[in-house]
Amino acid sequence: MNPNEPSEPEVDSEAAEPVDPCRRAFLTKVSIGLSGLIACAVAPPIAAAVVQPLLQRKGHEWREIGPLESFEEAKTVLVNFENTSVVPWAGDTARTGAWLRRIEGENFEAFTLNCAHLGCPVRWEGDAELFLCPCHGGVYYKDGTVAGGPPPKALAKYPVKVSEGRVYVKAEPVPITTMKG
Amino acid sequence: MLGLLKKFYQFLDDRLGIASVLEATALHKIPPSSARWSYVFGSATLACLVIQVATGVALALLYQPSTETAYESLQWISHSAPLGAWLRGLHYFGASGMVVMMVIHMIRVYLMAAYKYPREMNWITGVILLGLTVSMAFTGQLLRWDDVGVWSTYVAAEQMGRIPIIGKLVAYLLIGGETVGGHTLTRFFAYHVFLLPALLFAVVGVHLYLVLRHGISEPPVVGQPVDPETYREKYEAEVHKSGIPFFPDAAWRDILFALVVIGTLSLLAVVVGAPELGGPPDPTKIDVVPGPDWYLVWIFALYALMPPGIEDYVIVGGPLVGVLLLLAIPFLAPRGERHVLRRPWALIGVGLSLGVVAALTVIGFQAPWSPNFKAVPLTAVVMDQPTESQTKGMDLFNTKGCLYCHDIAGHGGHRGPNLTDLGQRLDKDEVVVRIVNGGQFMPAYGGSLSKDEIEDLAAFLLVKKNENSL
Repeated sequence: MNPNEPSEPEVDSEAAEPVDPCRRAFLTKVSIGLSGLIACAVAPPIAAAVVQPLLQRKGHEWREIGPLESFEEAKTVLVNFENTSVVPWAGDTARTGAWLRRIEGENFEAFTLNCAHLGCPVRWEGDAELFLCPCHGGVYYKDGTVAGGPPPKALAKYPVKVSEGRVYVKAEPVPITTMKG
Repeated sequence: MLGLLKKFYQFLDDRLGIASVLEATALHKIPPSSARWSYVFGSATLACLVIQVATGVALALLYQPSTETAYESLQWISHSAPLGAWLRGLHYFGASGMVVMMVIHMIRVYLMAAYKYPREMNWITGVILLGLTVSMAFTGQLLRWDDVGVWSTYVAAEQMGRIPIIGKLVAYLLIGGETVGGHTLTRFFAYHVFLLPALLFAVVGVHLYLVLRHGISEPPVVGQPVDPETYREKYEAEVHKSGIPFFPDAAWRDILFALVVIGTLSLLAVVVGAPELGGPPDPTKIDVVPGPDWYLVWIFALYALMPPGIEDYVIVGGPLVGVLLLLAIPFLAPRGERHVLRRPWALIGVGLSLGVVAALTVIGFQAPWSPNFKAVPLTAVVMDQPTESQTKGMDLFNTKGCLYCHDIAGHGGHRGPNLTDLGQRLDKDEVVVRIVNGGQFMPAYGGSLSKDEIEDLAAFLLVKKNENSL
């Protein structure tokens, strides 16, 4: 508003044309209600995009890792496989890794790479038979149990199975350490 | 010609109201005592924001926000695009500059108690801006989409996961799925480029509007407490009597300081440059040490140092309590003395907070709790005429991970105690007990070392070492 302009003469609208205050209150409510309807008309697809990660198809499937004989007993190796996020444009991030240990025979364990503390990638030190986390010094034994440092629980595991001489790991969500009860 | 221009200006002024807007903003009257150097940090924060917007838009012209191509395009920006390294450096140092200026501004406002009546909402919107700025800084770090960027998304998700009950949902919502994948980068891109800036602009608008609405605070005077009954009247009378226009009487300082700040940032961008990118964003690559940029390192350090038992509460409750405390400040003390000489606890509080953050930052960069994967293996020269057993023990020390956490003769890690002269502190039985049982931060080696190996290791640990022999 330009203060140089003469302001409009004050008109007491109630005096000029008596309006029922109930009508004003009603029109206010109608305006708010109509605005709400407008929001409803567009909200669902926007909300769907926001929560899409929770709605998407889950690829919790068995991924073939390799032939049984390629894994030495009592050895832990880094393997990688397609993760649960199944979109064609994922590039490098379509894959995830695991520390696979052939205990003996067809008995395997697959540990997540994510430290149970804050998710940093743990490294397997073969000679020391320990998993070490570079971030805050978490240490785990070869069976994934905590050996020292801040991790609140053992390394999470992926299910492993051996079928017709092939080793499979099941792609699962990245483990999130939630609050202890 | 001049007459025509004048007419054109008059047309624009009449239709747009330029003069009245300028009068109300640039030329508004301020107390003369407010035109001083300690008042330049808020505008310097805004100047940094302007730089971030300009360089951010420029980066968005060159950056490919897709999981497959982001890393390649950032490599190209950093090494091939014309002046791309400078641009990325400016955006990197601009973020640091904005955080630093904002913190100084906040400390200034707190020490001068400018948050008191009637400027409570100036402070509250400022706290919201602090949160938005930190969120911008963190999401921006992930957009580098190198190996550290990818693993930092996991760290972010794990922190969200500690929220009671809904933690997992929030974590998966944050990273765009149950794992880092095709949706992760675009989510963070949308947060960093659309959502957070929109909120930031809106709140900056309110923050600046409030500065105009209540007027800039005058520097405090000892013995002149804020009384809500009379404060406004006194302030307005003072401004009416002796007020000076903000521009140029006070603004020249802001502009000169902005030049110094932005000139410094630009120089740093050219000379030092943004940090080099890590390896490609491959989640199967484990040779990565995730960590935040320098201004968040203190929080990362806190995660290593706090007792694990209280961690759940601190990760969720710490930020919550911190924010609530900041929001409560103007309502806990809306009136009374403003001068820091009458509020010594304010000074002590600021000093302690800065001291703690500085100490955590320093130790965060040293990260003594992290295994030293680059430690050089020890050789026999650390001992005088070693026996066969002692040499075997040294080999075990090198290969069994001891070296990553213990220092001998200046080599090794610092998680555990320095073992150079262990022989002077412990006897053999004590050493064996520690190797076998481990400790809070040390694995128990009883299960993985044979009895002979433990004997050899103890023999090596107890023998006298030659400092600096390697």
